[in-house]
Amino acid sequence: MAAVDLSTELCGVRLQNPTVLASGILGTSKGLLKSVARAGAGAVTIKSLSLEPLPGHNNPIVVGFEAGMLNAVGYANPGIKEGAKEFSNLKEVGVPVIASIIGRGVGDFMKVLEGLWGLDFAAVEVSLSCPHTPGYGMMAGQNTPEATKEIVSAVRKGTELPLLVKLSPNIPEIGRVARAAEEAGADGITAVNTLGPGMLINIEARQPILDFKVGGVSGPALRPIALRCVYDIYKTVKIPILGVGGISAGRHAVEMLMAGASAVGIGTAVYSQGIEVFGKVCQEMGEWMEANGCRSVKELIGAAHAP
Amino acid sequence: MLLEPVMMRIEEVIQESSLVRSFIFKKSLEYQPGQFIMLWIPRLDEKPFSISYHGKDFFGVTVALKGRFTQGLHEMKVGEWVGIRGPFGRAFNLEAGRACPEPIRFRACVVGGGVGMASLAVLIERLEDSVVVQGARTAAELLYRNRFKDMLLCTEDGSAGTKGVPTDLLEDLYRHYRFDAIYTCGPEAMMVKVLEFAREHNIYMQASLERYIKCAVGVCGQCCCNGLRLCVEGPVLDGGTLEKLEDFGRYARLGNGRRVPIGTYLGKKT
Repeated sequence: MAAVDLSTELCGVRLQNPTVLASGILGTSKGLLKSVARAGAGAVTIKSLSLEPLPGHNNPIVVGFEAGMLNAVGYANPGIKEGAKEFSNLKEVGVPVIASIIGRGVGDFMKVLEGLWGLDFAAVEVSLSCPHTPGYGMMAGQNTPEATKEIVSAVRKGTELPLLVKLSPNIPEIGRVARAAEEAGADGITAVNTLGPGMLINIEARQPILDFKVGGVSGPALRPIALRCVYDIYKTVKIPILGVGGISAGRHAVEMLMAGASAVGIGTAVYSQGIEVFGKVCQEMGEWMEANGCRSVKELIGAAHAP
Repeated sequence: MLLEPVMMRIEEVIQESSLVRSFIFKKSLEYQPGQFIMLWIPRLDEKPFSISYHGKDFFGVTVALKGRFTQGLHEMKVGEWVGIRGPFGRAFNLEAGRACPEPIRFRACVVGGGVGMASLAVLIERLEDSVVVQGARTAAELLYRNRFKDMLLCTEDGSAGTKGVPTDLLEDLYRHYRFDAIYTCGPEAMMVKVLEFAREHNIYMQASLERYIKCAVGVCGQCCCNGLRLCVEGPVLDGGTLEKLEDFGRYARLGNGRRVPIGTYLGKKT
């Protein structure tokens, strides 16, 4: 590893490096979180927990294509009660663990938050932006500035942990939603969730490939959109941003930091490059920073905004 | 490897036993014994299956009738189409555990239980020297009796072969054959016993596990056993890994990710 300091801070949480396992990928068990931490992630996010267990959609739930991945997992999760058992003693993971939570409305969110009491989460991420689960996120209209304000205001009262709000890239004026979250008391913005929904059709079967027919688009196709979203949000709010979307190389991570992110989420690159992608991105970032006379991540955050 | 499902025509259906059928496709597929494919029936579901028949221009899967999906597949006839993607996962390591250097032949013991035989069938064909034991509840459920004629058989009710389970025979077999490695697939309670036997005798072993698999490409986390993704780091795991795997023989995850005792998982899955 190059002799540069990769550490960063996200909503008061110190990270050894800026790579964060994005929610929805691999966060189903503490064991998997440990594996991702060992692979080099600076922090990890669990797979979103809801109040009641959700079975998720039928298979196929994931399909790759030339520019990324389409998924309609449908928030499969065992519910907060079982989730709390799974994610006890999180100190064992070795890096900060972010709790991702979802709800059909304020009441759900508050109860899920209660279920997190006493667990060693470093922060809470409230997802208001899934494009493929009826009753949740976009399919429940949670991605508007008004709904964001209502939910975040309530959730803010329910936790003392740093609070991140995960937004959809589908809104042209994403800055407005970010501002609503900030005004409601959010400590940070996670941008972005998957785009879409999109669809892929198997032409021999004459059927959409995903059983839910539509799913969120992620990976390389999402990267320029995620960057623009983060760039816009950085201009609009003061709170830090966890930039997510299509990152699979050190250069992508640097780019996302320059757009305004304080840390970078990685998800779909696990599909294309394996779990080792976290260490790889860090290594490449370090090499780039050394070659370009950059000593700390802080120097990069928002660098693309210089006049 | 096929990343998206490719529609393939069912070319042949083989009735293997009362509740088990094989479906043959005339397509070439790069594959190593132990890997699995995802089989998609549009508008129904998509499930993982081991490849149980494989040649230069064909492959097939062997499917026991268990639930809604397998019912749907069993109703399909020659000429109908299903989607196939894969193969995925880690294969059996064919020469690992070799106790003696060449030219002494590598000899393996293969222990199959129930429809677990499907995961082992192509492996058996590739092994030059092996002793195969198959266990089943009753004679009518035994698979591939014509395909592997010198296979040793056990049934729980004594209706064919030795009365009992395959692991009862291991001690004697080892004394006779002094095999270098054991490969197994079947009920996890049986594989736990195989692991114990292999450890006691210091024999290399590998087992193929079964869990609820969704994405098959290592992103969704559904099939995790502790810190491993069975679809990527498995389904074949070696003895050293299994020794440390708390979930082995004990826990599995339901479709919503809840970790439950393996008996509950098997009861609820269908």
